Amino acid sequence: MLRIGKIPIAVFALFIIAFPWVAHEIPSIEHYPDIMIFAGIYCLITIGLSLLMGYAGQISIGHAAFYGIGAYTSAILTVQYGLNPWPCIVIGMVISAVVAVLVGAPSLKLKGHYLAMATLAFGIIVYIIFNEETSWTGGPDGMTGIPGLNLFGFAFDSVEKYYYLVWAFVFAAFIFTVNLIQSVTGRALRAIHVSEPAASAMGVDISRFKILVFVYSAVLASLAGSLYAHYLNFINPSTFDLFFSIKLVIMISLGGMYNIWGAIIGAVFITFLNYEWLHYFEELEVIIYGAILLLVTIFLPKGLVGTPEIVKSWFRK
Amino acid sequence: MNFVGEENILEVNRVAMTFGGLMALSNISFQVKRGMIKAIIGPNGAGKTTLFNIITGSFPPTEGSVMFKGLPIEHLKAHKIAKRGISRTFQTVELFGNMTVLENVMLGCHTRVRSSFLSSGFQLPQFRRKEAQVKESAMKILKFIGLVDKFNHPADSLPLGEQKILEIGRALASEPELICLDEPASGLNETETYVASSLIRAINAKGITVLLVEHDMKVIMNISDEIAVLNYGQKIAEGSPQEIQNNCRVIEAYLGSET
Repeated sequence: MLRIGKIPIAVFALFIIAFPWVAHEIPSIEHYPDIMIFAGIYCLITIGLSLLMGYAGQISIGHAAFYGIGAYTSAILTVQYGLNPWPCIVIGMVISAVVAVLVGAPSLKLKGHYLAMATLAFGIIVYIIFNEETSWTGGPDGMTGIPGLNLFGFAFDSVEKYYYLVWAFVFAAFIFTVNLIQSVTGRALRAIHVSEPAASAMGVDISRFKILVFVYSAVLASLAGSLYAHYLNFINPSTFDLFFSIKLVIMISLGGMYNIWGAIIGAVFITFLNYEWLHYFEELEVIIYGAILLLVTIFLPKGLVGTPEIVKSWFRK
Repeated sequence: MNFVGEENILEVNRVAMTFGGLMALSNISFQVKRGMIKAIIGPNGAGKTTLFNIITGSFPPTEGSVMFKGLPIEHLKAHKIAKRGISRTFQTVELFGNMTVLENVMLGCHTRVRSSFLSSGFQLPQFRRKEAQVKESAMKILKFIGLVDKFNHPADSLPLGEQKILEIGRALASEPELICLDEPASGLNETETYVASSLIRAINAKGITVLLVEHDMKVIMNISDEIAVLNYGQKIAEGSPQEIQNNCRVIEAYLGSET
């Protein structure tokens, strides 16, 4: 189960490549590639976050903040200083990494779920900054006029083009993470998850690995934020509130946090709920997310990825 | 019988440990010479595991010092002590149950592999080479401890006797100079105990110093060069197996005194 096969990855890649062509032919799902762009952006965040939650056993309730740092760094540097978007994306990732060390290091050196508390507070602080630092961020009105992305004169100016760009990033992050899981780092992380005393007795520096994974997840969230900003060309603080951080945790719990596929499945599923299937419920949306989290925790502790196992065990009875 | 050198590889000096108001260890001092098998025995609750936890860095002592190869280590964290060359096993097996037998031993090599986040993420050739080396040396250890046929089994599928052996193998993988074994024979049947004590001898024959805590007197008397006895957190005797067998304070601690 821990080995991630090459065949499922290839099948998944083919599906992603073919999807816009298929969707184009069916009028009722014609707009699905647009939703899949957001799903891909969320996947970038959940891939890192599932490594943090499932493998390092730490919870972050503040990833919306890193997502926001990426988005606002891109927006401020391109709109107010006229820089090329690509270096801005990288600068956002660097800033997020530094902030992640500052927030994560003190709490990850302690045993227990201090990271959850620290990130909760951090997320709220960053959200307030986005709202109040009006001269930089435009305050609650947000920022407009964020440029789109170009690469060597090729503009990612249509839904299809941006779709492939985002999913290329998702694949790169996915494969990087899979490699990581199946290497020294992943072995150390799995060891930490099972027995911290044994892992440290074998020379694994537990806090270093937890910090590394937290930083990695923050950098991916920042990249996702930048991609979001350059796609929509507009951002405002409400995208990066506490509820979004919680939604990310729901995505991972729903998909299954002990398997990296869970990050993808959870993110895609929740995105479609969010943009497509839950429209009719309006205010009741929050209750439905709560119900999902509750039901998954009780009946599907391993998430959607774990369902084949459960079904199999039914048949064995 | 063993190649016991003159140099003290480990020196425990006046170590005391209190948990809240409870005195777990008081004024413990002893030395371990390079190359020997030294045993620490004592009734339940005598403080043996606490002493082990201090030596291997689970927590620092309240007082006193621990010197390894002449350098103080009592305030180092467990992973740093592991890098210095002390490895350990646990009283209750602490294997990584969800990993295979081979992966458990490979994790033991952790101190010897520079684990760069980027090189493993990008699967750079240098990383692949190292990974292959680690695998090879882990397989060698599995051959040595006799578990090579089961390299691909999940660790928690092994019977207890083999789990204990595997834990020793994992501890060996870091190429330690001192290996601390916490009750390697507890819960084992006679055959398994025999296998475990032969393994400890074989490890010692490789030049690795062994410090062990054990309850099985047969094992202790058979394999150790020197024994220290703890009772209620204090050292009550130290010496060769013969001396300890005839020491009246030890007999009293184990059997109670005649009235």
